[in-house]
This record gives sequence, C-alpha cells and structure tokens, in this order.
Amino acid sequence: MPEHSFLKTVFGRLTFESFPIHEPILLTTFIVVVVLGLGIVAALTYFRLWGYLWKEWFTSVDHKRIGIMYVILGIVMLLRGFADALMMRAQQAVAFGPNEGYLPSHHYDQIFTAHGTIMIFFVAIPLVAGLINFVMPLQIGARDVAFPFLNNLSFWLTVSGAGLVMMSLFVGEFARTGWLSYAPLAGLEYSPDTGVDYYLWSLQIAGIGTTLSAINLVATIIKMRAPGMTMMKMPVFCWTALCSQVLAIAIFPVLTAAFFLLILDRYLGTHFFTNDMGGSPMMYWNMVWIWGHPEVYVLVLPAFGIYSEITSTFTGKRLFGYSSMVYATVVITILSYIVWLHHFFTMGAGASVNSFFGIATMVISIPTGAKIFNWLFTMYRGRIIYELPMMWVVAFMLTFVVGGMTGVLLAVPPADFVLHNSLFLVAHFHNVIIGGVVFALLAGITYWFPKAFGFKLDPFWGGVSFWGWVVGYWVAWTPIYVVGLMGVTRRLSHIDDATLQPYFVVAAVGALIILVGILGTVMSIVMGIVRRKQLRDVTGDPWNGRTLEWSTSSPPPAYNFAFTPVVHDLDAWYDMKSRGYQRPMEGYRPIHMPRNTGSGLYLSALALVFGFAMIWYMWWLAALASLGLLTVAIGHTFNYNRDYFIPADNVARTEAQRARPTVAGD
Amino acid sequence: MSTTHPTEPHVPELHGHGDTHGHGTRRGYLTGFLLSVILTAIPFWLVMTETLSSTPATAVAIFGCAFVQIVVHVVYFLHLDTRSEGGWTLIAFIFTVVIVGITIGGSIWVMYHLNTNMMPMMPLAGSR
Amino acid sequence: MTAQATNAAEGARTYHLAEGEDHDHAGGNGATLLGFWIYLMSDALIFAALFATFGVLNSSYAGGPVPRELFELPLVALNTALLLTSSITFGFGMLEMEAGRVSGTRSWLLVTALFGAAFLGVEIYEFSSLIAEGATPQRSAFLSAFFTLVGTHGMHVFFGLIWIGTLLVQIGQRGLGLENKRRLMCLSMFWHFLDIIWIGVFTFVYLFGVLR
Repeated sequence: MPEHSFLKTVFGRLTFESFPIHEPILLTTFIVVVVLGLGIVAALTYFRLWGYLWKEWFTSVDHKRIGIMYVILGIVMLLRGFADALMMRAQQAVAFGPNEGYLPSHHYDQIFTAHGTIMIFFVAIPLVAGLINFVMPLQIGARDVAFPFLNNLSFWLTVSGAGLVMMSLFVGEFARTGWLSYAPLAGLEYSPDTGVDYYLWSLQIAGIGTTLSAINLVATIIKMRAPGMTMMKMPVFCWTALCSQVLAIAIFPVLTAAFFLLILDRYLGTHFFTNDMGGSPMMYWNMVWIWGHPEVYVLVLPAFGIYSEITSTFTGKRLFGYSSMVYATVVITILSYIVWLHHFFTMGAGASVNSFFGIATMVISIPTGAKIFNWLFTMYRGRIIYELPMMWVVAFMLTFVVGGMTGVLLAVPPADFVLHNSLFLVAHFHNVIIGGVVFALLAGITYWFPKAFGFKLDPFWGGVSFWGWVVGYWVAWTPIYVVGLMGVTRRLSHIDDATLQPYFVVAAVGALIILVGILGTVMSIVMGIVRRKQLRDVTGDPWNGRTLEWSTSSPPPAYNFAFTPVVHDLDAWYDMKSRGYQRPMEGYRPIHMPRNTGSGLYLSALALVFGFAMIWYMWWLAALASLGLLTVAIGHTFNYNRDYFIPADNVARTEAQRARPTVAGD
Repeated sequence: MSTTHPTEPHVPELHGHGDTHGHGTRRGYLTGFLLSVILTAIPFWLVMTETLSSTPATAVAIFGCAFVQIVVHVVYFLHLDTRSEGGWTLIAFIFTVVIVGITIGGSIWVMYHLNTNMMPMMPLAGSR
Repeated sequence: MTAQATNAAEGARTYHLAEGEDHDHAGGNGATLLGFWIYLMSDALIFAALFATFGVLNSSYAGGPVPRELFELPLVALNTALLLTSSITFGFGMLEMEAGRVSGTRSWLLVTALFGAAFLGVEIYEFSSLIAEGATPQRSAFLSAFFTLVGTHGMHVFFGLIWIGTLLVQIGQRGLGLENKRRLMCLSMFWHFLDIIWIGVFTFVYLFGVLR
C-alpha cells in the first residue's frame, strides 16, 4: 500500500468520493455556478476589465470602495442563503405523514446549518460592515479610515471565509450541526467528516477579519473626527457604529477562543467539550453565547443608527432626544454582555442564575423601547416625506415591536422552558433580525446609494422590494409563531401530524413573496443603472440631508473632502446649509493619501489555502501556506512607501468637474 | 509617571489629538521592576514554604499580589495614565477589565451552578 | 481643538480648514498606538476566555495527575524571572530609542530576545517532561486547558520573538525613523502585555493549582 499512503499524504482525506457527483441537486447547482462563473470571467476578459478591477477595486484601500465591495459580497451571499431558505420551506411544506419530502435529512441538516451561518456571518455582518465603512468616515469628515490597509485585509479575509463555505457545496460536505455547531455533536466522535471543519475554519478566518475591521473602525471614530465634532456632536449612526464595533471587539475573541478549543478537540484529541475525560460540552455553549447574544446588538445597533438618520432626514427635524438615544445605545452595549445565559435556561443552572439572566434580559428592552419613542417623537409634527427609506422605518417599527415583545416573553425562564428550541423562538429571532436588521440594511442601501453612485435606485422596483419583504415577512412568519406555540420544535425535516401542513404551506407562500422582494431589490439596482440618466443626482444632496456625507459630491472624490470640514453643531451639514455656506472653489492644497496594495488579497488567499488544507488534512500544504502567510506579512512591513500626495492641480480639476457648486439651500 | 509630549518636534500637532501616548523614564522602569520582583517573590514564597497555615488566606494573598502587580505593570511598563490619547486608553482598559471580569466570573459562576445542580454525585471544585 | 472651531463667533462660523496641515492619517498621527492598544484589549479577551475555560475545568482531572504532582514551582519561578527581566531590558531599549541611539536600542532588543528565547526553552522543557510522564493534553480536560492556556501565551512570546527579529533588521536598515519608532512602541506594548498575562498564569494556574 505504499502508493495509497502517498496519495493520502498529498491529498489528505480528499478523494473522488468527496465530490458529490451522485447528488442531482448539487450537481445542477455546480453546473449553473460554473457556467455563470465562466461567463463572468469571459466577459471581464473580453472587456479588458481585469486590470481596472485589480487596480481600482481589489487592491483599493479607499473606505468607500471597500464598503461597496462588502455590500456586494453581502448581497451575493444573501441570494445563496435565501436559496437555502426556500429549499427548507419547500421541504417543510410537503414532508408530512407518509411523504418524506424531496430532501434527505443529511442534506436538509446541511441546508439549515448553512442558512444560519451564511445569513449571520456572510450577509448581515458584511452588509453592516459595508455601510459603516462607506458612511462613517464621510459623516465624521475624514478622508479614510485609521488603517486603510487593514481595512482591505479585513474585507478579503471575510471573502476567504465566504469562499470556504461556498466550496463546501461542491467539495465534501458542510456541517449538519446547526448554525453554532454545538458540542458534543460537533465533536469528532459524532461529526467525523469535513462539515464541522469547513464551518470552523471559514468562521475563524472571517472572524479575524471582523475583529480587525472593528478595531479599525473604533480607532477611526475616536481619532479622526473633523475638528469641532465632539462626541456629543457626532451623528447617531456613528455613535451606534462605535458601540457596535466596541462590542464586536469584546465578543469576537471569545468566539475565536471557543472555536479554537473545538478545533483542538477535533484535531489533537483534547477534552474541552467531549462527554468523557472531564470535558464540559456546556462550556462551549457558554462561550459561544457570550459571543452570540451581543452579536445581535452588533448588528442591530447600527440598524438603529440608520433608522435615526433616515427619520431625522425625512421628517426635516433634528432627532428627538439625541442624548437619550446615545445613552440608550451605551446602556445596551453594556447590558447585552450580561444576558447570554437566556439562550440556555434549560441547561439546568440554578434558580438564582436563571433569574439573574432573565431579569437582565427584560431590562435590556427598556433602552430599546426608549429608542422607539424617540423615533415616534421625531416623526410627531414633522413634515414626513414618505420616500422609500422612510417607509422602511415605519415598517420596521411595526414589525420590530412584535419581535421585541416575543423576546421579553422568552426572557421569562419558565416560559422559556416551554418554548426553548421551538419554532416560536425561530419566529422570534427572524422577526427581530428581518424586521430590525434587514429592513435597516435595505433602507440604508436605498438611502446612501445615490451618495455612492450619483443616482438613485429605481423607485418602482424599490417599492416591489419593500412590499415583497414586508408582506412576505408577515405571511411567512405568523404561521410559524402559531405552530411554535403549539409546540413544534425547530430543525425538523419531516412532521408526522398532517393537520399542521396548512401552516407550513402558508409559510412557504410567504417565502415566495419575500423572493419577490429580493428580486425587487436586485431589479431596483439593475434598473437604477439602466435608467441612471433619469435618476441622476447632481447636487450631492438628493434627500436634503443633515449630516456631512451630503456636503460632498456624489460619488465623493477619492479624498472625500477637498478641505477638512469644521463642525459647530449636531447635524453639521444642516447647520452649514442654513447659514449659507459657500463651497470654496480655490486655494486647494495637495492631499496626503494612502497607496493601494495587494498584500491584503495575497494574505487572504493564503488563509483560504491554509483553511482548505487543514479541512482536508493536507498537512504539507497547511505548513506551506502558514509559512507563506508569515513571509507575506513580514514582507509587507518592509514596504515603507505607503502614501502619496494628490497634487493640488488634480484636486482643483476634480472639484471643478462637479456639475455645480453645492450652494446653500439647494 | 512623567508623561512628556511627543518627542518628534517636526510633526505638527494635529488638532490636539496627535501622538500623546505616555513614555517611560529610567526611574519609572526601575521602580516598576523592583515592585514587580517583590510582588512576584511574595506569592512564590508563600506557596513554596507554606508559611500561612490556612489555604484560603494564602489564596487571597497571592491573588491580591497578582492584582497589585498587574496594576504596577500597567502603570510603569504600559504607561497607562488618565491623559494619554485623551483618556481613551484608560476608558478602553477599564471597559476591558469589566468585560474580562464578566467573562471569567460569569462563566465560572454559571458552570459551577450547573455542576452542583446536575451532577450532585460528582466531586466538585475544591475536593481532590 | 483648533482656533477656528472654538473661537468662531456665532453667525460668522468657519466651516473648513484652509490651512496646509492635513487632517488625515497618512502622515503620522497617533491612531496606530491607540489602535494597537485596542487590539491588545481584544487579545486580552482571548486570554479571558482561556482563563475562564481553565477555571471551569481545573478540577476535571478524570482520574489523571493533579497539579501538586505535576508542577515544579522552582522551574516556574525561573521562567517568571526570565520574563520579568526581559521586560526591564525592553524598557531600557525604549529609553535608548527615545535618546535616538540605534546601536543601544538594537543591543537591548537583542538581550530581550535572548531572555524571551530562554523563557520559551524552559517552557518547552517543562511541556516535554510533562508529556514524557504521560501528562499529555489528551489525558484530561484539566490538562487540555492547562496546555492550551500556557501554550497560547508561549505562542505569543514566539511571535514576539519573530517581531523583534524583524525590527532588528529594519532598525539596522533604516535607523530610528518615525515609522520604526512607532513599531517599537507597539512591540513594547505587546511585550509588556505578555508579562501581564503571565502574572495571571503563574498565579492562577501554577501557584493556585499547587495550593488547592
């Protein structure tokens, strides 16, 4: 058997059987992806776009471009994650009584795991990171983030993680252990194949990216605000971004550690989370939820920021209770760190533990409720303009409040004992994440799209997106709440009781309506590009905005602001407009900017190779890749030539190209 | 702890939030080193010679020394003070201490409760 | 804050900086040091999670060896002395840097690296003798947690050594420019941070372990 062991050394546990050629669904998906991919590659080559993409986008350290790339990644992964959702809904709509459905359970289990993992780590996180990246530096009047190269690296690490998850579709399998891969099920004994390893390595790589990005954004907000912008004159979105990213810095290391220990269990045979030899599986739950609950707030706090900006803009008023909004955000940041145990009340800890975490959970609804009142009072007696972003805000308030109330219900330990792991819980967190985070992201994309590209999204398809999502959400999740209260548990690929089928059929119809909404989102971008001449905005301030990002042109020049703005008031741009500020047209100076670099992309590609090699036990490749990582990282530090000046002439030319000067009151 | 202003005179003060990180002095480093040697020697001596007959008292003493020594290192070697970076390093540090405390204390509390509740036959922490 | 921002009278406000100085990062403002400090805080949380795991599992011996049989305090004391000494030598290196003396800075860095390497050597010796006795990370949850916590600290020291080596070369090539000084200050924070983690390790793992 010498030849056999040679192949094993080279390819680890990768064999021909690892490719799912016998699974028609996967094979079709694979062919579609390959055809689409080849088509895109051919088109890029034909139009000679590779050089442009490489120079202007892939190696770019411009926070605006990185933000846009994050959003594109999030939308692409949303399509993948939603395809999983449709498959689950279809399976659950038919698999009753004698009908086993069309998905074998081992495939169904991979789908719900991939759906949860992708939607949180590769849709919600990149979209939030993208919006913060794009908007926040503009709002604080900065020219870039504090560490532009790190920003590029963080993005590409997230892409590497997403790439590994996508690979698991076609090479081997993904995890079948649920989106947090609980031990001991995720241990080697019960999940010996590659699924959990794909899960662990992709999230480790992406998680490092998220942590670095959070450090970067926090340092940017602290150090790079425009002169005059004290903390209490900072736009609310920046405040929520700051709190959310501070929280991310506090929690992602714990997740990294938990995954690291699970990796040690799986690769070295240690006993952290095993059933025997003194291991403690519940310690894994404990650590994962120390990350998991605050993570909800990492996502929803910036969402609250987006709603605040939009409400204030479209009511034409300063946000009601700005400082109470800030304090509520800070309080939520701290409180969210002491509620994690409510995810496993049923674990069996004592009454004092459960009541502490139950009460803490209920308390956190108070600052959140205060925020709702702030938005309502901002709208009260305002001149509300129901543009699409504002419609999302209203839909959010109506939807999210229900999710918040079911959350308080679940915070009561005895009630949770009944509802734990039921579909009621699943409906609750989809209620807050769709109604809170997704609506905000769609609202934010609609709101800031004209800033990024100089034209608005197509309003008709935007409306389709809005009604599809909102109506679809309610049709899809109301029946799930009901069956959850009846006691149906989550993650079932088959249900015996056929009388429940109508509920799941309605839910499937709801998912199809959401599909209309998603297609509407995509079409609003496509038709926006097609009709960009009619939708063009030349003022740079299409919504009569109030914060600094609207004071520069759309799209903003690479350097954002020809002159660093000076801030005197909250709603700085509104202040400038109302005092008749004139944009200076001369006296430009050379602007100091960071240089593009490919290092982030190389490092992330090597991280991807490293992850793949570890998953498949190709030790030589893993060693080579880690050596490569070290070499490129050290090599990067030998490059001292990292910045350049944009000459004053170029600045003058760029500024003159703006269709017309931004004058007060336009 | 003397915190001098940035040493690079050719860098303009950027709106008052330039590099205001603390720097050390020889005296500061030596003081810190001396204190940390003492604070290391005491707990090792206590445990290795079993001077205190009561175990809980020794435990309190060694954790107390560790706490003081961490403060010494943070002040004399990491130059943490209230002024550097406009106070942000201190805020970040305090926040981290709180979060670290919640993570370690909370986990041990929660898991200890689980063990007493769910595994009453098994020997628990403290017994050997 | 700037004169414009504070002195502008109501009504006649200045809304942009017309002066030549830049308000961005590329030159050399202090975001790096703050950013690195924040990174250290996040690294502290990785260690917090590992300490918490150790705290939860530190009596899960699974019938295997217990701390009193395993730990040799004189060896730990030696290691602690090595690491503490490396701290003061790094401090002297930083003083040389502030005085602008390239060779002094490099010499003290080298001394620090030697102490760090000695620390790692002792740790490797300790680990290998434990494993030879059969006290492997696979033996019990307690030993898994012990090796992981102490080993993660050791890996940090190892990367610190690589970083010192890199900076020795870079300072040799380019002297003590703004950039290299900033890097040295980050490395200094990193090194002293590892000291602080070690205080937790020798107290919580070794001394408290033997005590119980």
